[in-house]
Amino acid sequence: MQTDMPFTVYGEQFDSRLLIGSALYPSPEVMQQSLLASQAQIVTVSLRRQNSVSAGDDFWQLIKDTGLRVLPNTAGCHSVKEVVTLAQMCREVFATDWIKLELIGDEYNLQPDPIALLEATEILIKQGFKVLPYCTDDLVVCQRLADLGCEVLMPWGAPIGTGKGLLNPYNLQTIRERLPNHTLIVDAGLGLPSHAVQALELGYDAVLLNSAIAGAGCPVTMASAFHHAVVAGRAAYVAQAMPEKEVAAPSTPTMGMPFWHQN
Amino acid sequence: MNISYNGQALTLSQPHSLLEVIEAQGAKAPYAVALNGQFVPRSGLAEQRLQEGDSIELLSPIQGG
Repeated sequence: MQTDMPFTVYGEQFDSRLLIGSALYPSPEVMQQSLLASQAQIVTVSLRRQNSVSAGDDFWQLIKDTGLRVLPNTAGCHSVKEVVTLAQMCREVFATDWIKLELIGDEYNLQPDPIALLEATEILIKQGFKVLPYCTDDLVVCQRLADLGCEVLMPWGAPIGTGKGLLNPYNLQTIRERLPNHTLIVDAGLGLPSHAVQALELGYDAVLLNSAIAGAGCPVTMASAFHHAVVAGRAAYVAQAMPEKEVAAPSTPTMGMPFWHQN
Repeated sequence: MNISYNGQALTLSQPHSLLEVIEAQGAKAPYAVALNGQFVPRSGLAEQRLQEGDSIELLSPIQGG
C-alpha cells in the first residue's frame, strides 16, 4: 500500500484537498449545507463596502458556524495598491495572514496580471503575509512566485467561472514537475468532478472552486461529488497509473486456452 | 467639510476623527477601514483626523470565491 504525503498550506495540515468558495449560492442555507457536504476545511471569503446589499453579519456568522479555516481573497482588484490595501484590511477583519492574491489584468477573461502579481507578492511577503497567488499556468511566473517565497501556488485550470476544466494539462504538469516541493492548487475554471480528478491525478495537491458547486442544479449533491472526486484523484496519483501502451495486451491469460489456434 | 464615505458624499459641520465619523454612520463590527486608499488599523482610527476631500472606505465580510 502506497503511503501519502499530507496536504499542507504554510505548515498547516488538512485532511481535505478541496478548497471551496462561499459565493453565488442560491441561498445562505444552501451555501452552508454545501460547505458541509464538500467536507472542505478551507473556505474563501472577501470584503466589500458595508452599505452594499449583500454584506452583513448574517453571512459572517454562518461562515463562523461552519468552523472552517478562512482564506480571504482580493477579488476585483486591478492594481498593486488596491490588493495591498485590501490584503491589509482582510488581515485585520479575518485575523489571518493568509491571502488569496487575485490581481486581474484583463477584463475579458479575468486573467491574472503576472507582472503586477509578482510586485504585489513581494510587498505582501515583506509585510508578513502568507500569499496564495492565483496565477496563470505559466511555468516561469510560477517559478518567480516561488522564488519570492510563496510556498503555495494556485495556477488556473481555465478562466474564472467558465467550467471548462483543465485547458492546458501540459502546462500544469510541467509546473508540477519543476516545483516538486511546493503546494500546488488548481484554482478556477473547473466545472465537473472529473476535472478535479484530473488535477489530482496530475499530482496537484488540491483544487479550489466555487461556481461548479454553487451553479449546479443541486449544489449540495455536487459538493459531495467533488469531495469524492478529490479523494479518488489523489488515491490514483498515489497509486501510480499504469504506463500507456500503443498496442493491445490481453488481460486474461492465454495459457491453457481451449480451442487455441484451432481451425 | 466635504468627504466621501463608501462612495457617498458626506458633509461634516466640524472636524472629526475617523472613528467618530464611522460610529456616527452606524458601522457594525467586524469591519476594516481605508482612508484615501491606505489601510488604517483599528488602533489608529481615533487619532486619525479628517481633512477636506478625504475618502473613507469601510469594508465588511462578504461571500468570495
